[in-house]
Amino acid sequence: MPTFVYMTRCDGCGHCVDICPSDIMHIDTTYRRAYNIEPNFCWECYSCVKACPQNAIDVRGYADFAPLGHSVRVLREEEKGTISWKLKFRDGREKNFVSPIRTTPWGSIKSPSDYEAPTEDALRTQELAHEPEALNIDRLPTLTPDSLNQGAV
Amino acid sequence: MGLFTGRKTVFVESDVLVIGGGMAGCGATYESRYWGRDLKVVCVEKANIERSGAVAQGLYAINCYMGMQWGENQPEDHVRYARNDLMGLVREDLGYDVARHVDSSVHKFEEWGLPMMKDKETGRYQREGKWQIMIHGESYKPIVAEAARKAATKVYNRVMVTHLLMDKTRPNRVAGAVGFNVRSGDFYVFQAKAVVVAAGGASNIFKPHSVGEGMGRTWYAPWSSASAYALPIRVGAKMTQMENRIVLTRFKDGYGPVGAYFLHLKTNTENAYGEDYESTWYDSIKELVGDYVDHQPVPTCLRNHAFLQEVKAGRGPIRMHTKEAFKDPHKEQVGWENFLGMTIGQAVVWASQNIDPKEINPELVMSEPYVMGSHATCSGAWASGPEDYAPDEYQWGYNRMMTVEGLFGAGDTIGGTAHKFSSGSFTEGRIAGKAAVRYVDDLGNDQPRVRESEYEDLMQVIFQPLENYAVGRNEIVSGTVSPSYLLPMHGLQRLEKIMDEYVGGISAHYTTNEPLLTRGLELLDMLKEDLDHLGAEDLHQLQRAWELQHRVLASECVTHHTNFRKETRWPGYYYRADHRKLDDTDWHCFTLSQYDRESGKWAMEKAPVYHIID
Repeated sequence: MPTFVYMTRCDGCGHCVDICPSDIMHIDTTYRRAYNIEPNFCWECYSCVKACPQNAIDVRGYADFAPLGHSVRVLREEEKGTISWKLKFRDGREKNFVSPIRTTPWGSIKSPSDYEAPTEDALRTQELAHEPEALNIDRLPTLTPDSLNQGAV
Repeated sequence: MGLFTGRKTVFVESDVLVIGGGMAGCGATYESRYWGRDLKVVCVEKANIERSGAVAQGLYAINCYMGMQWGENQPEDHVRYARNDLMGLVREDLGYDVARHVDSSVHKFEEWGLPMMKDKETGRYQREGKWQIMIHGESYKPIVAEAARKAATKVYNRVMVTHLLMDKTRPNRVAGAVGFNVRSGDFYVFQAKAVVVAAGGASNIFKPHSVGEGMGRTWYAPWSSASAYALPIRVGAKMTQMENRIVLTRFKDGYGPVGAYFLHLKTNTENAYGEDYESTWYDSIKELVGDYVDHQPVPTCLRNHAFLQEVKAGRGPIRMHTKEAFKDPHKEQVGWENFLGMTIGQAVVWASQNIDPKEINPELVMSEPYVMGSHATCSGAWASGPEDYAPDEYQWGYNRMMTVEGLFGAGDTIGGTAHKFSSGSFTEGRIAGKAAVRYVDDLGNDQPRVRESEYEDLMQVIFQPLENYAVGRNEIVSGTVSPSYLLPMHGLQRLEKIMDEYVGGISAHYTTNEPLLTRGLELLDMLKEDLDHLGAEDLHQLQRAWELQHRVLASECVTHHTNFRKETRWPGYYYRADHRKLDDTDWHCFTLSQYDRESGKWAMEKAPVYHIID
């Protein structure tokens, strides 16, 4: 397909429609549930799978080269800060993986305008926001080229 | 009638308009706010910035980090590395600029909550290779998007920008952009004092290996629709190195990345008979490119070349030798999590085909070509360099400003700066964002104004495919075949076939010549004419129609550049069969193009490559 939606689980909430980077998860007007309208523009990025509150979306590998019988399932838990994967091979073997996704609370990033306002002079320098401190070195490196060479080096 | 009357037009005024909310666009948005506290900073994105751009599904490594705080690398080292990989041709001023700033971006990512892997002994970031550090980056994009949302006056999701608008008094000055909301169909007119193009590079301009469902499993995201190039090209911005397309050696069918395998897991490649093959081709590569073959690390294109020759010699498939490494449970975990973090489709392929790299050495493939400016090649707009050291000829205004006044770029958009990757693209966005604020600050009362007739004419053009479909659909009973319109998918498949067969795609073993390119341009001309007859059944197809328009204009540019450079600079990326060898006498230079939209003509010229680092 690649992504597809289970009829009995989807409640038509539209989270997948809202997140899909390829604009291919749409709501079917008859069934009021989501489906993949353009499978050959699906990257199998799993954005919709991760976003689905009902775990209604799954992936069946591209028919061109993926034999049936496999599954790659995911559970993304923002409050726990983890993502869990369960792989099932065509022959039934399984593998499981868990990784962290974030070390700080969601929503905790400061706006750049929460920092002290830079001076007009600073706007005319080469330093970007939070530099040089955020570089963890004394000063921003620069070049003083003494010659402009051309040709192979 | 009908379609145009009653369509809502939304006017948005801004100081800095950022087009595209991927890594570069988020960087530009963040930095614009930091320096322009009172400015209206608007970010517009055709999808949802929470998961948009090339990093939508996450990354398992940050491929551009100097580690200056530990003395690991200096910016000069990175310039030498990128220059070597690109066979001598990079904008050293721009590359140095990204490299000197990139560490501060990465340190902010960590502060914002991106989980970095650390070396247990040193406490430093875990290196995958000399430039790469390893991360648990499933939420890399949502984290960066959170920073951009906090910074923006407003983010417009699901609005696709189709054209830039120019100032009504100064024809070479940008004044805004137009587009449409892919959900509501509202027409959007953005007025801006400065515009930062941070849109995506080009996937799906060459026919991919898989043309069924799998045509979406391209290496670069299928939503990277060349807007990075088409937007500036159309308004006459000069482009550079557009012939410098990239071909990736990746795991077969899923295009799972090999970097961690080579660098961290220390696996290597072999032919079908378990033999090393790269040394076999040493002499023949030397004959084509001379001493470049002896450079370390061996330029990526030359390793591709050896792969291709070995397959043509009938000793494929080429495989990654994983069996030993994967016996180590830590390495096995890294190998799988590497895919799950950034190319889940590869894990799906292996699960479906019972490929466990502990037991089977997986096949590799060389991809179809892509055109982009952020990964290991450097196609994009010709941009002004940093004020403190860029050579005079590379400096005509503000940092990262194109040859159009007030038009800035970052990420895939800016040419000459290879090996930026995610962190470098975000950083280049920051550079462009600060420069744009400075430009706006300097404008004073001399502000650009859009011309009403220009955006009204464009409104007709943008929505025409809906009209074409509505009219033409009545002529036929049912189905997709009409004598009056082409659907976007029809046009895309024609484009991919032309580029594949005439401009050096997979079915031509990446080979072309002047007669092929000339014929390719004739066919592209006819395709461009046919684009006036695109039909779109709904707003989704209207988005596809405009993505196709962008891909076609970028492809035309690629073809002109490929025709202009009369040498084979990057064997393994593409071959000019009529100019087989690298030619440093005549072609150690950049290629530049400029499109004139009135005449439809392209002007080509050379620009010097200045080496400012030894």
